[in-house]
Amino acid sequence: MWAGLQEAVRLILSGDPELLEIVALSLRVSGIALILSTLIGIPVGAVLGLKRFAGRPLLIALLYTGMGFPPVVIGLFVYLMLSRSGPLGHLNSPLIPSLFTPGAMIIAQCIIAFPLVAGFTMAAVMGVDKGLHQQVQSLGATGWQTTLAVLSEARVGVIVAVIAGFGGVISEVGAVMLVGGNIAGRTRVLTTAIVLETRKGEFALAIALGIILLSITFFVNVVMLRLQGRTLET
Amino acid sequence: MSSYATIPAAECYRIEALTKSYNGRKVLDLARLEIHCGEILALVGPSGSGKSTLLRLLNFLEPPSAGRIAYSGEVFDAEHQVSLAARRQVTTVAQRPVLLNRSVRANVAYGLRLRGRQDSAGEIEDALNVVGLLALSRQRARTLSGGEAQRVALARAMVIRPDVLLLDEPTANLDPYNVGMIEQTVRRINQERGATVVLVTHNVFQARRLAHRAGLMLDGQLVELGPVPGFFDAPSDPRTAAFVRGEMVY
Repeated sequence: MWAGLQEAVRLILSGDPELLEIVALSLRVSGIALILSTLIGIPVGAVLGLKRFAGRPLLIALLYTGMGFPPVVIGLFVYLMLSRSGPLGHLNSPLIPSLFTPGAMIIAQCIIAFPLVAGFTMAAVMGVDKGLHQQVQSLGATGWQTTLAVLSEARVGVIVAVIAGFGGVISEVGAVMLVGGNIAGRTRVLTTAIVLETRKGEFALAIALGIILLSITFFVNVVMLRLQGRTLET
Repeated sequence: MSSYATIPAAECYRIEALTKSYNGRKVLDLARLEIHCGEILALVGPSGSGKSTLLRLLNFLEPPSAGRIAYSGEVFDAEHQVSLAARRQVTTVAQRPVLLNRSVRANVAYGLRLRGRQDSAGEIEDALNVVGLLALSRQRARTLSGGEAQRVALARAMVIRPDVLLLDEPTANLDPYNVGMIEQTVRRINQERGATVVLVTHNVFQARRLAHRAGLMLDGQLVELGPVPGFFDAPSDPRTAAFVRGEMVY
């Protein structure tokens, strides 16, 4: 164990190209998935939190279900969609990524992160003082400006939503394993590499990957928490 | 619409056959009411008499169930919203000030920001100075006392230079110092800037101190309306007399 830890530190410090490649792909896949799910999830969460319309309770129930959905099931769903005989795969469209590519992994991670971002955003928006809507409208806000004001007041909760989305995708293994295939140099990311290296008995590399994964998560959360603190001060 | 475009200059709002219902229950039923430009009109009455509902309608925040409000050449009814420009001439200071989780200054600047305007003439500092809060401009708004928060809300309304200022129990539960400061500011907004003020209050003494005209609302209806001296000293309706004497339980 101790030897494995020493070797892990050596690998990290040596800047092992394979290791760097895995880290870079993990950040690229999870980063893009998080950006996309944030761009869609925050407006959807805001609308669900602010507006009352027919079908809203059903949408909220679906969203909450999505928040607790096992990533591996989402991976299976994306796999079936993108496989050659699937409804999307057989279209052969350049806009639809193939299985066992980073694009497929991004789609799967988007589906994992979206309900988390939208659900937590909705809860944050619903927690904003109801009197704020009428107050900002009374000051002359348009509908769009009212929504922005409410989102701004809910900003601490919205940042939590993004943190939850990031945590959901950077740490998941089932979906990326299924749709990415853990192909060396192509679709191998931190979590799938840890599984593989542990199975091979390459504990040093597995520990190194684990340390990096934890460090990335810690670093991102520290940045987000600093952002939370700053938004409270302004 | 055309018949409302020719409102006399002295008439700021004209309300006709206005009703508002929630879940089938009528909470406001006004046959007719004119609000004059530049006046301070106080509406007194017990809780649930429809005063706050009327203010929301005067601020165009909720559509009436029936009837209409003519304002600035435009009509507001169940089908028609007034223009953004007209809506931005009117603002409300509510009983419970809802401040943004930002600094005092950012709160006061908010209305200007919505209009894409810069504070070129130091209007924010002027407004904060008027309400006696210039020294707290960098403080977080949520750390203020109730009275200070209400003064920020008034400064926030003042800085956008509204043509109409709607006040919904602005001094309820405040100490005499804050009451005095708010009343002084309201007078200033009315006298120096010519803003029309509609004040909803339980406090007949405040209505008497501030208003040019006063009206009593009961069960969604306007019972009596008239110039302040007569309204308080020689009301024509026995219900007004009872309310003014404090005999009406509410």
